[in-house]
Amino acid sequence: MSDWIEIGHINDIPRQGARVVNTPQGDIGIFRTAEDELFALRDSCPHKGGSLSQGIVHGRRVTCPLHNWHIELTTGEAVAPDQGCAAVYPIRIDGGRISISLPLQINQAV
Amino acid sequence: MKEKLVLVGNGMAGVRTLEELLKIAPDMYDITVFGAEPYGNYNRIMLSPVLAGEKTINDIILNDRQWYAELNITLHTGKVIARIDRRQRKVMADDGTEAAYDRLLLATGSNPFIIPVPGCDLPGVIGFRDIRDVHTMLDTARSFKHAVVIGGGLLGLEAANGLKLQGMNVTVVHLTDTLMERQLDKVAGQLLQKSLEERGLHFLLATQTEAILGEDRVKGVRFKGGLEIASDLVVMAAGIRPNTLLAKQAGIHCERGIVVNDTLQTYDPRIYAVGECVQHRGQTYGLVAPLFEQAKVCANHLARYGIGRYEGSVTSTKLKVTGIELFSAGDFQGDETTENIVMKDASRGVYKKLVLKDNRIHGAVMYGDTVDGAWYFQLLRDGTDISDFRHTLMFGQAHLGDAGHGGKNAAAAMSDDMEVCGCNGVSKGDIVRAITSKGLFTLDDVRMHTKASASCGSCTGLVEQILASTVGDYSVSTKVRPLCKCTDHPHNHVRKAIHEQHLTSIRAVMDFLEWKSPDGCSSCRPALNYYCLATWPAEARDDPQSRFINERVHANIQKDGTYSVVPRMWGGVTTPNELRAIADVADKFRIPTVKVTGGQRIDLLGVKKEDLPAVWADLNNAGMVSGHAYGKSLRTVKTCVGSEWCRFGTQDSTGLGIRLEQKTWGSWMPHKFKMAVSGCPRNCAEATIKDFGVVCVDSGYELHVGGNGGVKVRATDLLCKVTTPGQVEEYCYAFIQLYREEAHYLERTAPWIERVGLSYVKEKVVEDAGTRLALAGRFRESQRHFQHDPWATEVEERRENYLPIKKLG
Ligand code: SRM
Ligand SMILES: Cc1cc2nc3c(=O)[nH]c(=O)nc-3n(C[C@H](O)[C@H](O)[C@H](O)COP(=O)(O)OP(=O)(O)OC[C@H]3O[C@@H](n4cnc5c(N)ncnc54)[C@H](O)[C@@H]3O)c2cc1C
Ligand code: SF4
Ligand code: FES
Repeated sequence: MSDWIEIGHINDIPRQGARVVNTPQGDIGIFRTAEDELFALRDSCPHKGGSLSQGIVHGRRVTCPLHNWHIELTTGEAVAPDQGCAAVYPIRIDGGRISISLPLQINQAV
Repeated sequence: MKEKLVLVGNGMAGVRTLEELLKIAPDMYDITVFGAEPYGNYNRIMLSPVLAGEKTINDIILNDRQWYAELNITLHTGKVIARIDRRQRKVMADDGTEAAYDRLLLATGSNPFIIPVPGCDLPGVIGFRDIRDVHTMLDTARSFKHAVVIGGGLLGLEAANGLKLQGMNVTVVHLTDTLMERQLDKVAGQLLQKSLEERGLHFLLATQTEAILGEDRVKGVRFKGGLEIASDLVVMAAGIRPNTLLAKQAGIHCERGIVVNDTLQTYDPRIYAVGECVQHRGQTYGLVAPLFEQAKVCANHLARYGIGRYEGSVTSTKLKVTGIELFSAGDFQGDETTENIVMKDASRGVYKKLVLKDNRIHGAVMYGDTVDGAWYFQLLRDGTDISDFRHTLMFGQAHLGDAGHGGKNAAAAMSDDMEVCGCNGVSKGDIVRAITSKGLFTLDDVRMHTKASASCGSCTGLVEQILASTVGDYSVSTKVRPLCKCTDHPHNHVRKAIHEQHLTSIRAVMDFLEWKSPDGCSSCRPALNYYCLATWPAEARDDPQSRFINERVHANIQKDGTYSVVPRMWGGVTTPNELRAIADVADKFRIPTVKVTGGQRIDLLGVKKEDLPAVWADLNNAGMVSGHAYGKSLRTVKTCVGSEWCRFGTQDSTGLGIRLEQKTWGSWMPHKFKMAVSGCPRNCAEATIKDFGVVCVDSGYELHVGGNGGVKVRATDLLCKVTTPGQVEEYCYAFIQLYREEAHYLERTAPWIERVGLSYVKEKVVEDAGTRLALAGRFRESQRHFQHDPWATEVEERRENYLPIKKLG
């Protein structure tokens, strides 16, 4: 399948915070929860494209900074009653180094 | 194995309890429901509009059978539970169906009181309680002409109005000489009677029913004194009696209702009861708002959270007769210890009466114009001291300075495509659809589902009216609002605990107050962060991850994800050098828009996040610091040119404004805080719509507080007058500190002052010099810790946070 691309170290991301990876297909937010779980989501809110990486992270959710939608980090789904979904990317961590995997067409572009 | 929960009574209170329970503990119980009526769960309140032909039965179904099926709830409709076997813990229905329980919930509602006169059991004599009664009335109206309604209370009048609209000739018989005497005083009762008579209803007041006439069905009614009138239908609406039969037979202690404690348990702790059938602290209820509160507490206890307690409710009443506006709450009769404020305008058909006791609202009756009912009710429940605005109280909330587009009494007249919420573009139709299709009951539900009134809130009144006209009267009666869904504690408790228990971090607060979620949410974390910082400035550590984005990155996020940068410009005064530096920054970073703001500063809009540190570094180098246009903090101090230049200036307003800004910038607040200093009463700096405003006069300085522009304009209250600039500073710091220490997070000075009262603020800041000095001292101490330029710190310490972690491609 697709390749893993290393993007940085877990310590580069604040707990309950996020950083962004620029890709040719748009930004991806890398989120770190209070429990040090990591998630990668397209950095664009299903509502009006707000930058999710700028939101407040709580539990396994992030609140969009523009109009307060809550997004599940695990699935990218907006929490009901809002509806919509942000794409989720595979992410893994190995000795503190984080890698993500992009869909094929982006990989080829890299 | 899951425990078994059985609900007897498939009505509004019981099913609401299940809904609340499933929200917090979806998998805890195997649930079985018994309902005597052959339907799912419906909105009993709306039987009146159904009778009036304004709604259909389908419109008022709350939970259909599918709902029960999807949630794996076993539903038995059309089965009356005849017996509870408490020893073997099971219930038995009249058809022999049995169900075992670990916990039992009784929600059997109440029965209409049928006056025991001869003939009361004839066909054609009914109550007004359920769908069957409504069908009977509609059928009778099709083939018969005359109806008598016994009882001129809420239910009776709604029944009479409906029957009249169905074409019947209706007479309302009432025992006393005033309609709805439990809700209305005499004057309002008479106004009501007059408008109902204009609609063609007949009244027999102070009249007692003696017998119902007829052989195989009703033919007429005879009253004391001998009067007889013909009638084909008699609706008994003379009161309700809690339905305690089943509980009594099972030996559960009952008085007027089934007696329950504050967690809604009966004397048998496995058996709970909610709704109209219960008696709590001597009180029974016949409206839904209190039942919903009971439901919440009961669900909480069933889910073994065990924190909520039900402490009784104050209720308010409206009559659901379209076109008649009527509101009443609390003790509206009054006695020798109370005073009345009364307004009567007979030709407009408007009557209002407020009953006051010790400067607090004790009761209210309104007829013809009820826009402010909700507001008075709020003041009543909160026990707000109204002495500060007593002189305008009668004129309503709008008179407190609402020039915004607050809710007029227009909800019903609005067409579906009219916009209600200007912030989120939500139309009336959207709201009505959400309410009916999703079964919403509360303002919070509507906010969540439609976003209406979820932003600036100026349409809240309108949304509440739409809610009321769509679902009936669901006035909420919660007294204390929890800070957010993660806790049951209101703001005040949290602040108190932080202070008394010396809690200095968000974690410590959550642990001490047993937060319900592991790390809070985007509502409570920013509040807790602020409370800790404001209470323990020397010890608490700021948590950037618990701040809204603007405060975390010290710039305002824009809709396209770029940021705006507003450098501080003390008192609105700048220099050619500063302007040059701003121009250079704009060129260097290709900043698309440079704008003069409403706060007398310059805004650079469209800065990329990764450029922020470099932009700040350049501005810092030219001697400029953050303008905090993004923060719940001191924003700007607007000034006018004052005595230095202006021919009318009485004092150096510019210099004073600059000094105030230099002393107060950097301080975090519950909400944003704006100041202004005007050089004379012409008030060019608009000091009287600021949180703290100074108007210079020849003999000194007038200090004004609690104003704002914005969504709901509020002009300031005069705090006091002082004579020296030094005093201005001291009063200013004391006022700010009182606000910082006591307001709720996200509560601006205007609502805060309306909540605590101007007298309270005066008492602390003006009247008691000791308190004032102490407050001002604490403010100065806090500033030692917070008055530093966040931009400089970010550039130095967290520059890389503004960059992408990685660039691919
Ligand atoms: C930039 C500015 C408009 C302008 O171009 O002139 C502005 C822009 C915003 N205002 Fe304002 N307000 C600006 C002056 C005002 C004024 C006028 C004033 O300060 O004298 C008012 C009315 C006066 C008042 O506040 O009492 C004003 C009343 C509001 C309100 C309503 C506040 C209220 O209590 O009702 C909000 C909403 C809020 O704060 O929740 C708001 C919120 C906002 C926000 C922060 C909305 C947001 O959350 O993104 C806007 C940020 C845009 C940005 O990125 O810069 N802005 N805003 C002004 C910046 C002033 C400054 O130099 O710091
Ligand atoms: C026409 C009308 C208009 C109203 N308007 C308003 C209003 O505007 N505002 C307001 O706040 N309130 C209003 N009310 C009052 C409100 O509807 C009630 O307070 C509320 O429905 C009570 O809820 P409950 O669950 O306690 O009882 P109910 O909703 O009556 O539910 C009790 C259910 O239990 C069933 N039951 C009883 N005994 C048994 C048994 N042994 N076995 C099985 N099932 C049983 C009954 O059949 C019934 O379905 C109105 C009521 C009526 C009738
Ligand atoms: S700057 Fe203020 S008034 Fe203008 S759109 Fe933004 S919040 Fe609304
Ligand atoms: S863009 Fe995310 S909530 Fe609106």
